[in-house]
Amino acid sequence: MAERTLFRGARVIDPAAGRDEVADVLVADEVIASPDAAPNATVVDCGGLVLAPGLVDLHTHVREPGREDKETVETASRAAALGGFTAISPMANTDPVADSAAVIHEVRELGARAGLVDVLPVGAITRGLEGETLAEMGEMVEAGVRMFSDDGRCVPTGRVLRNALSYARTFDGVVIAEHCEDASLAEGGHMHEGFHSYSLGLAGQPREAEEVAVARDLAVARLAGGRLHLCHLSSAGSVEMVRRAKAEGIRVTAEVTPHHVVFSDEDLVTYDTNFKVNPPLRSPDDRDALVRGLVDGTIDAVATDHAPHAVEEKEAEFDLAPFGTIGLETALAAILTHLVHPGHLSLVRAVEALSTTPARILGAPDHGGPLEPGRRASLVLFDPDAEWVVEPPFGSKSRNSAFSGRALRGRIVHTVYGGTMVVADGKAQR
Amino acid sequence: MADDDDALPRAAGRPSLMASSGPGPSRLMDATEIGRALTRVAHEILERNKGAERVVFVGIAARGDDLARRLAGEIERIEGTRVPVGALDITFYRDDIGMRAEAPEVHETRIDFDINGRTIVLVDDVLFTGRTIRSAMDALIDFGRPSAIQLAVLVDRGHRQLPIRADFVGKNLPTRVDEDVRVAIREVDGEDAVLLDEALGVGARGGET
Amino acid sequence: MNRHLLSIQDVDAEDIVRVLDTAESFREVGSRVIKKVPALRGRTVVNLFYEDSTRTRISFELAAKRLSADVINFSTSGSSVAKGESLKDTALTLQAMGADAIVIRHSSSGAPLTLTRWVNGSVLNAGDGTHEHPTQALLDLYTMRDRLGRLEGLRVAIVGDVLHSRVARSLSFALVKMGAETTLVGPPTLIPPDAPAWGVEVGHDLEAVLPKLDVCYLLRVQKERQRQRYFPSVREYSRLFGLTRSRVGLLPEEALVMHPGPMNRGIEIDSDVADLPRAVIEEQVTNGIAIRMSLLYLLLGGSGSAAEPAGVRAGTADG
Repeated sequence: MAERTLFRGARVIDPAAGRDEVADVLVADEVIASPDAAPNATVVDCGGLVLAPGLVDLHTHVREPGREDKETVETASRAAALGGFTAISPMANTDPVADSAAVIHEVRELGARAGLVDVLPVGAITRGLEGETLAEMGEMVEAGVRMFSDDGRCVPTGRVLRNALSYARTFDGVVIAEHCEDASLAEGGHMHEGFHSYSLGLAGQPREAEEVAVARDLAVARLAGGRLHLCHLSSAGSVEMVRRAKAEGIRVTAEVTPHHVVFSDEDLVTYDTNFKVNPPLRSPDDRDALVRGLVDGTIDAVATDHAPHAVEEKEAEFDLAPFGTIGLETALAAILTHLVHPGHLSLVRAVEALSTTPARILGAPDHGGPLEPGRRASLVLFDPDAEWVVEPPFGSKSRNSAFSGRALRGRIVHTVYGGTMVVADGKAQR
Repeated sequence: MADDDDALPRAAGRPSLMASSGPGPSRLMDATEIGRALTRVAHEILERNKGAERVVFVGIAARGDDLARRLAGEIERIEGTRVPVGALDITFYRDDIGMRAEAPEVHETRIDFDINGRTIVLVDDVLFTGRTIRSAMDALIDFGRPSAIQLAVLVDRGHRQLPIRADFVGKNLPTRVDEDVRVAIREVDGEDAVLLDEALGVGARGGET
Repeated sequence: MNRHLLSIQDVDAEDIVRVLDTAESFREVGSRVIKKVPALRGRTVVNLFYEDSTRTRISFELAAKRLSADVINFSTSGSSVAKGESLKDTALTLQAMGADAIVIRHSSSGAPLTLTRWVNGSVLNAGDGTHEHPTQALLDLYTMRDRLGRLEGLRVAIVGDVLHSRVARSLSFALVKMGAETTLVGPPTLIPPDAPAWGVEVGHDLEAVLPKLDVCYLLRVQKERQRQRYFPSVREYSRLFGLTRSRVGLLPEEALVMHPGPMNRGIEIDSDVADLPRAVIEEQVTNGIAIRMSLLYLLLGGSGSAAEPAGVRAGTADG
């Protein structure tokens, strides 16, 4: 991309600036500039495209260090850029666990070398994710961490969660993100417990396994203060509890994944392990409640919970397969296809949920807009109507996508990261 | 063993031919002619075997077994001897299993007597390629060792594909290969008749027997 | 899916009747001196048993051999299965060997369906996890029809650990399809809450149900369920839900007692009761061979051509 590029005639959606209009955006020397500031800029014609601040993923499993066979920081970055993301949040459940500044630095460094997106590692709440002693948040905050999570696991006791929330208030802008799951109720469950799990002969995990933990976490958040973020909500009851907590003034934010607002447990009748996720895909009623929560803002953000797994692991018998679906490359398209185009969610709210709000939750200054002069240029251009089929090759090293083989409507065209076009015409440039 | 029409509803195991209405098959034998032919065949069996003491009938399902019962009835009427009658389903011995889309339908086999050392008169309605009879003989050998097997058919329409011949024939009917010969019998179809249909085109079932 | 039998949902009522009727002929074959017919000569049937089950495996083996098919047994001990070869690789190996049918028993629900992705032959589910055991259900239906003359309107109770029973699922689905009235009986911890959606009734009082039954079908209780705390003790389970000598008197005179085997004598069924004439457990075993022959014949006896897939589907007759 030229040093001065004018993106002309796109529909600019920038919720942070309250903008939704056809306009020109100039990127000059890595930052946004006023559109008429460089008359000799290279022009990229963006008629029919939407231009938005680059998407920000609050929940990504990058697998490096430890399982580089499934994914690396570089391949995850590439997948992210192809999906229109300009920032990702690698979760701490790597091997070794990201519970120290050393691992955080390593992951950041790998991200910088890949140079495709901002890699903003999430630190562990407890040492080794064991749920007992707090990890050294301070040194991780100094290394740039703003979100802590034991994701993969739920903090087992109210006491540890209280301490984490309380201690985190030492620092500015730190958020504790919880994976809400009562282990004793969820134990052994491979899918949502309900009519389908009984018919398919698969042990299930009732929605109460999540709701019990959500109830506890909200009560502890009320007690301890601090900022709580709830990962990948899956049940109607959870949404309702968050709605009431927010009304009460508790500082909580919540996210939902694209697959949870598209699929349900009905999709598991073929024992397709691409639908085996944790928390599980629940009933159509739960799904509809999640959509309503996203529409009314109870759920603040869409996050992918991108979870790559090796082919042979996912090709195994259903109860032996690991949980997870990849999602960076399909997130925006899935939301457009299943929520925006059918009219359930506005395009502006979709951009807000995928970019503006996640950036704000993470406190990432270079992301989420507003796209005003002087700010680092990380943005995405997409064609909301282009149709495509989800099939390999992917940017991700893994192929376990819940959307495999499906047709989606909405496609990333260009991704600009810090002034550089890292994805052009849907192809990664590095 | 005659063939069956796709379009017909199936009675328990044995579809009726008479329900079909095609372009009108020609009637080659009527009930009276069939009756006379069976009587004559019964006499021939008695003559050839010098009585019916060592004879047993085995009719090939479907329809061959009903014909066998009629022959046994004739013999009892003529000489007073009661001849055992069995029914044999040859589906499992067919040489074309796995070649048609569906596994061929199965009928009942009931042979309640010992066949060792007996003379079996195998009975079928139509003799055509000879494959059914080949299957029947393989089946019978699994039941024991008869001293002889003789073959009685109501109709012999020629076009043998195997070296098989009938000992007792109700009527010889020269036909073209693509024609369809079907036997209706009272017990199954409500009346007795031998019917000839022109070439049926798609799905023409030549009643390979 | 007509090439396979993975679940009772793969067959409709008409197909089930066809399976049962064809099994009649195979039972007759079993009464001959030479219990063999050449129908599947030259075909290869593989028994792929990831779970130990001598009885079911032998039943399938006999069924295939009586049809003159060649039988290969892959079972857990001493084969690649034990060494941890993936299901996929085992499947591809069998495919390369030209297996016409694979009979699979596996501890993971859904494994037979997964298997169909990698093989061209027919797949028969001999029991997968806690999902289904369709051949058991079919032989049970056959036994009921044989002894009681009908299936429609039969009053059947399935007693025991329904939650973890693949037999209970297949049988419930099958009975509902054939118009029987089915009741599941057991403690609430062992009956799926959504079971009524299958078209069955649920009860927790065995004695209340017994006088109105044509068939009392008992499921095996596994002791590890007690360890997992689904019920307080085997003793209490037996007291509340076991078919004891005194309880069996509550059944109508013509009612049958059935069990998929192997039995825990003294737990779900008293030893004396198991030996009563109305307990047709051994007939179930005999009928199992005829039913399995019927299924192998119907699945492999057609070519599976494009016009009409081969299988159990009730279809055109012979020619």
